[in-house]
Amino acid sequence: MTAATERKQALLQRRQDATDARIAALGAVPGAGWQARPRAEALARLRAMGLPQPRDEYWKWTRPETLTQPEAPTAATFDAQTAPTYDAIDRLTLAFVDGVFDAEASDPLELEGIEIERLATSEADIHWAQDLYGALETNGQTPVERPLAALNSAYATDGILIRVTGKPSKPVNIVYHHRDDSSDACLHHVIRVEPGAALTLLENGPAAARFNQVIEVDVADTGAFHHIRTQGRDHERRAATHIFARVGQESLFKSFTLTANGVLTRNEAVIDIIGDDASAHIAGAALGDGDFLHDDTVFITHGALNGESRQVFKKVLRNGAQGIFQGKILVKPGAQKTDGYQISQSLLLDEASQFLAKPELEIYADDVACSHGSTSGAIDETALFYLRSRGIPEPIAQNLMVLAFVAEAIQEIDDEIIAAEILAQLEGWLARRQR
Amino acid sequence: MLEIKNLHVKLEEEDKQILKGVDLTVEAGKVHAIMGPNGSGKSTLSYVLSGRAGYEVTEGSATLGGEDILDMEPEERAAAGLFLAFQYPVEIPGVGNMTFLRTAVNAQRKARGEDELSAGDFLKVVRERAKALEIDADMLKRPVNVGFSGGEKKRNEILQMAMLEPKMCILDETDSGLDVDAMKLVADGVNALRDEGRGFLVITHYQRLLDHIKPDVVHIMSNGRIIKTGGPELALEVEKNGYADMKAEVA
Repeated sequence: MTAATERKQALLQRRQDATDARIAALGAVPGAGWQARPRAEALARLRAMGLPQPRDEYWKWTRPETLTQPEAPTAATFDAQTAPTYDAIDRLTLAFVDGVFDAEASDPLELEGIEIERLATSEADIHWAQDLYGALETNGQTPVERPLAALNSAYATDGILIRVTGKPSKPVNIVYHHRDDSSDACLHHVIRVEPGAALTLLENGPAAARFNQVIEVDVADTGAFHHIRTQGRDHERRAATHIFARVGQESLFKSFTLTANGVLTRNEAVIDIIGDDASAHIAGAALGDGDFLHDDTVFITHGALNGESRQVFKKVLRNGAQGIFQGKILVKPGAQKTDGYQISQSLLLDEASQFLAKPELEIYADDVACSHGSTSGAIDETALFYLRSRGIPEPIAQNLMVLAFVAEAIQEIDDEIIAAEILAQLEGWLARRQR
Repeated sequence: MLEIKNLHVKLEEEDKQILKGVDLTVEAGKVHAIMGPNGSGKSTLSYVLSGRAGYEVTEGSATLGGEDILDMEPEERAAAGLFLAFQYPVEIPGVGNMTFLRTAVNAQRKARGEDELSAGDFLKVVRERAKALEIDADMLKRPVNVGFSGGEKKRNEILQMAMLEPKMCILDETDSGLDVDAMKLVADGVNALRDEGRGFLVITHYQRLLDHIKPDVVHIMSNGRIIKTGGPELALEVEKNGYADMKAEVA
């Protein structure tokens, strides 16, 4: 055997061993009734792919070990009274503590315009979610494999299933609490927005020491889905999340994530535009200080006419924090008049921090407008001096510049009250670090 | 008000002396003008006084109302009452002009131990002063100087000056890039701020600005020094004969 072949075989073996060890630790696949088949299929996908390894191209900047190993690394809980609450917004609240549904802290699962239920208690033989659960995830496995999502589809212990048939009067808010140092949560939500219906989903909180999450969203023709997520303020928690969205004709999909702190976060979004005249926007603001690695991995596929997509990602990094962006726009043959925009930027507040970006465009239609940009830079000293020369102390001037930098991502949030709440969180994060 | 003594300044990065002993005193209530050819050190003087990085004071002093300003941070100089109207006002995408103005006004009030202005009071004052400079609501809402024309940027500088009410105003080539009408508007804005408690130092290449902002004293700067000081007639002499004669006189 050549050395190269030996190395390849060793890698295969490591992948196999890691996957076997994780599956053994997880034990039997949960779920009965309609869930049995998609979960069994997901397990088969996971076995076939194997868990990600450090040498994988798709994981070259984010080491996957702590996300794939059987035991979740411990993470101290963080008592943050000032964590986002959306108090100013009337909403239907659903609470999870370390991945376990907390009925007492949750509102009744009732809201006009939606059917809502828990994954763990929906084990009838026939269910609307059976055509979606694991199905959008499966579609999202090509051309790039996402084994942690397959693991989730197989082993998710719970989640929320929402079928949106109208325009509910308030958003659904899933709140995640992290109270156990070694919790390992695995949740899977499925959302189907019927034609002409609209839902706003708010998520906030750190969920667990380690969190594996999948959200599958199917937005039917003329439907609208708004998603605003904040991932808590815990410093040591880890998360691997996936959003798989299918976007129909004349429909709207919008997702925004604020990530402040967390040693490791990998947020993947796989968005498939299948109907004409549809829009998909995905945005994120990440704030890292010290031991922090934040990875946005996005794949948007335009498969229809007149599609519009936007990716806006901003990262503010200090004290050696690391930011990763892997973003792709794929325009399929015939997807004419596609308008795709992608921007990923980092503001490095010191020289120890680092931003790595891989923006990609792959276009097979000739009448499209796609653009992408990626920048990495420090605070503009000239602008900083200008502000200071007007009497604004340096730390405040710097914060103004940071907020200005992040503004384009925040502007992706349509609702003004929610946007103001997100902005307040950002300001809080900056104020706590003001020298 | 502003007292500069034997000021020597070199570039921090290279061994190049820019100011070679500047002496200058601007009294409260007076307008002093500095004229001089390109490269004479006029703009450097304004930057050094306002605290921009990149310069090293090797000798001499500068005080404002008796306080040594050269050791202060830029924001401390501003709070002490110094204001520089930039030759090239800086564009700051993402920071709203109004937010900028309010943050600056309140930061200075706070530094001086005064109460911050309420949002309502601030708005009232800013609207009134913006109106005089023909700055509309849209310009106040837009990010600082972003997409502003040359004239709009200069008017925005004067608005900041009007809001901050500094004791000592330095105007660095405020006339550059302005047409006659815009220059008149800016000059009117400056003249409205003339006050017996306030000093002005107007840096310019050309006499024409001084037709509108009438100086009490005119200095000619060349090769890092003030080489001649006189009344307004000195500006007219420059306009007529250029700087060559004066340089020759000194040499």
